[in-house]
Amino acid sequence: MSIYVPNTDREQQEMLEACGFQSFDDLYALIPEELKRKEALDIPEGKPEMEVRQLLQEMAGKNRVYASVFRGAGAYRHFIPAIVGSVTGKEEFRTAYTPYQAEISQGLLQSIFEYQTDICELTGLAASNAGVYDGATAAAEACEMCRDRKRSKALVSASVDPKILSVVRTYAFGRDAEVVLIPERDGVTDLDALQGMLDDATACVLIQQPNYYGCEENAARTAEIAHSAGAKLIMSCNPIALAVMKTPGECGADIAVGEGQPLGMPLQFGGPYLGFMAADEKMTRRLPGRIVGETTDMNGERCYVLTMQAREQHIRREKAGSNICSNEALCALTAAVYLAAMGPEGLRSVALSCHANAHYLRNALSQAGLRPLHDRPFFHEFVTQADRAELVPEILQALDREGILGGLDLGEGRMLWCATEMNRRASMDKAAQIVKEVLCR
Amino acid sequence: MKLIFERSVPGRKTEYIPLPDVPCPEPEFERRGTKLRLPELSEVQVDRHYTELAGETRGVNGGFYPLGSCTMKYNPPMAEVCAALPGFADVHPLQTDESIQGCLEVMDMTERILAEITGMDAMTLQPAAGAHGEFTGLLLIKAFHRSRGDTLRRKILVPDSAHGTNPASAAMAGFEVVNIPSDSRGYVDLEELKKRLGPDTAGLMLTNPNTVGLFDPQISEITRAVHEAGGLNYYDGANLNAIMGIVRPGDMGFDVVHVNLHKTFATPHGGGGPGSGPVGCKAFLSDFLPGFRVRGEKELKRENAASRIGDVRSFGGNFTVVVKALAYLLSIGREGVPRTASNAVLNANYLMHRLRDVYPMAFDQTCMHEFVITLEKLREETGVSAMDIAKTLIDYGMHPPTMYCPLIVHEALMVEPTETESRETLDAAADAFRDALEQARLHPEEGHLRPLTTRIRRPDEVRAARKPVIRYDFGD
Ligand SMILES: Cc1ncc(COP(=O)(O)O)c(C=O)c1O
Repeated sequence: MSIYVPNTDREQQEMLEACGFQSFDDLYALIPEELKRKEALDIPEGKPEMEVRQLLQEMAGKNRVYASVFRGAGAYRHFIPAIVGSVTGKEEFRTAYTPYQAEISQGLLQSIFEYQTDICELTGLAASNAGVYDGATAAAEACEMCRDRKRSKALVSASVDPKILSVVRTYAFGRDAEVVLIPERDGVTDLDALQGMLDDATACVLIQQPNYYGCEENAARTAEIAHSAGAKLIMSCNPIALAVMKTPGECGADIAVGEGQPLGMPLQFGGPYLGFMAADEKMTRRLPGRIVGETTDMNGERCYVLTMQAREQHIRREKAGSNICSNEALCALTAAVYLAAMGPEGLRSVALSCHANAHYLRNALSQAGLRPLHDRPFFHEFVTQADRAELVPEILQALDREGILGGLDLGEGRMLWCATEMNRRASMDKAAQIVKEVLCR
Repeated sequence: MKLIFERSVPGRKTEYIPLPDVPCPEPEFERRGTKLRLPELSEVQVDRHYTELAGETRGVNGGFYPLGSCTMKYNPPMAEVCAALPGFADVHPLQTDESIQGCLEVMDMTERILAEITGMDAMTLQPAAGAHGEFTGLLLIKAFHRSRGDTLRRKILVPDSAHGTNPASAAMAGFEVVNIPSDSRGYVDLEELKKRLGPDTAGLMLTNPNTVGLFDPQISEITRAVHEAGGLNYYDGANLNAIMGIVRPGDMGFDVVHVNLHKTFATPHGGGGPGSGPVGCKAFLSDFLPGFRVRGEKELKRENAASRIGDVRSFGGNFTVVVKALAYLLSIGREGVPRTASNAVLNANYLMHRLRDVYPMAFDQTCMHEFVITLEKLREETGVSAMDIAKTLIDYGMHPPTMYCPLIVHEALMVEPTETESRETLDAAADAFRDALEQARLHPEEGHLRPLTTRIRRPDEVRAARKPVIRYDFGD
């Protein structure tokens, strides 16, 4: 057993006595006896490091890691340069708390300021916070930013990732606010339907770019429609796609959010990930959570501090816009280091590589007999339709046997596929070949 | 220090990925027109930049970090090694149950251990931090009352000493917040609590030990009173480190709890996250739990609870943080849990004991894992504030305690040493505290200027907030 208590039993006894106690029981004298636990907890006994690591290694060994991954749907396997882990593994970053003490936290504060700048650059918007829990909570917090006394309803496109929708709904349940689904038509938000749904209780419209099915949304038009009814537009974006796609700023969005995981974070079974949030200048003070600002110290030196804290829970308590305290700081640092390593050129080549591979894969699957469901511009995800829906599980099993994680089964013969820069031609050809064999059987 | 953008040189780059070996069609979607001004650097520059930033960042690895309420204990590297195993790191969250038996085993085992420690029947690992857990737990309470058609229960009682996230979470869950005053001993004022209970009570949020570091001995009476009024009891587990293995929230009458893996269970705080805030509840609330539940004996599978409140984030939570907490729990184990708690309490009492003759304690009695100093008198006499003393401690190489928390104690410093500090560290810290106080009395005017030894002196926070500059100005 390792318990990470440095003091020996003898030292502990001496310390107890120094304070005037005889035993540990004296420390807990105020706890009513009848509440105290009489028997030991029913949990495993302590083990030395070697055994703990062997146990966890065994558990990790029960998971399947695929050589080829063609599944995204909110979590994407990208290449992560070694420098990313090397920086984020630095003990100072890893073991620091939130930078409340600016004088000894300039490194951390500056890294967040740099991250905020990166997010503003990616989204084309003026203000970013230090991040929230994940892409879905970012969308939910964004809806909250748009609500006021008169307007509380959120219109969410049916082409938004259902996991995001689920979280938006949960947060709305908290605030007793309404969430209404905008129908999807041909793989994108039905803008005619949206026109008829907006009213003066509508706070915001939420779309995803590219959307859950991988298709490009007409975001600029959506912004016009939302704004004409006095509602805000929130765009949930893929950060890699932002290197090449029209930005939320250019589309006229008021808020951009998204899942930051593609920026250097491993899949790790769903987390930790990172929710990024950026807003138009006018909405800066409605952003939730930490924000780092530049200022000067008493000698006029440039420095960084947590700022606009009057928005936050520790000052405003129940009147705060959000309860968020700890966020995902190390993930924000991961994103910043990833972006610094890649640079603008590198990020663009990742994006274009994803795009090229996804187009190749779609073609190959189409030739193998899986028809593309939508005929629209797309980035790195797309949906296929199998004529015989019952073959989808077979396709996935056949791929699985070859160490390939196939597209996500959306039901009714539809599958959502993804390709990133990690997929090479040979593996895509192989996947298509396996699909063909199943379909021709 | 230069900003990373100021180090940028056009054209500098490292190639990390090969060109695609497939045709590259021109994208059909609308392209971005705005230049993307990410920094352009060689890898060695990136490395040096962040090494410089790390040099101006203070972590627990660097020394004593007695930040009250944050439980800044040592974060064992072996947990990092476990979390980084490819069998965990490279698993897609949307794989089949059959292909993720190991992940589900980690979750199942962690849930069982946490449920046993807290005295709860069921857990969810989906919440990503403490505040997120509070929100989740309060939604369980809301869903419970709703399911019984009990729509009048709109009020959540919160002690005035509570952490800011408590009232903020209650508001996010749609409740009205009712403050409960503390009595002169630092406990919940029982009479005042009872006056506020009624048919509109949805529940009570409490941490015990409370935010002044005391175990409230009236706890059973408090939770009973809330139950009798038809409300539920929520336990904020931020302070669980003091009592784990000694007494369980479930046995104190709580119905819902959250724990902070990034405090009590030694996962690193990462400069503000990622954390993890699992929520536990009694059986009658388990059908409302969010996310998926892990079910099954040999073949584990994911299943949604019958009337779940939905999801509070995507997927199953901050999974690799859970792996780290499990590695820690397996390491300290059955005997280590209470020993950890009692040493956390011992260290706090030892440090308090070494300071109490010169530092006025807000509540001068046996404390739990932390204690609160009040410098109101010092401020009156010398003008030196709690912040001045905190900043002075920086000059002694220490991370300061939590300042001005809880709000009910004037000029508060909240000190939580944790169990992972040795006696000599505590002795050195005590000397620093004492010396800082002496310096403050000798040179009060200097107190306002401290720290004196850091590259950056006190920042102008007013200026930062008045005209916010929150991103780099590229000068165009
Ligand atoms: C008593 C208490 N409750 C809740 C929280 C919030 O936890 P988190 O920062 O993980 O959201 C904290 C964090 O400092 C705390 O001290």
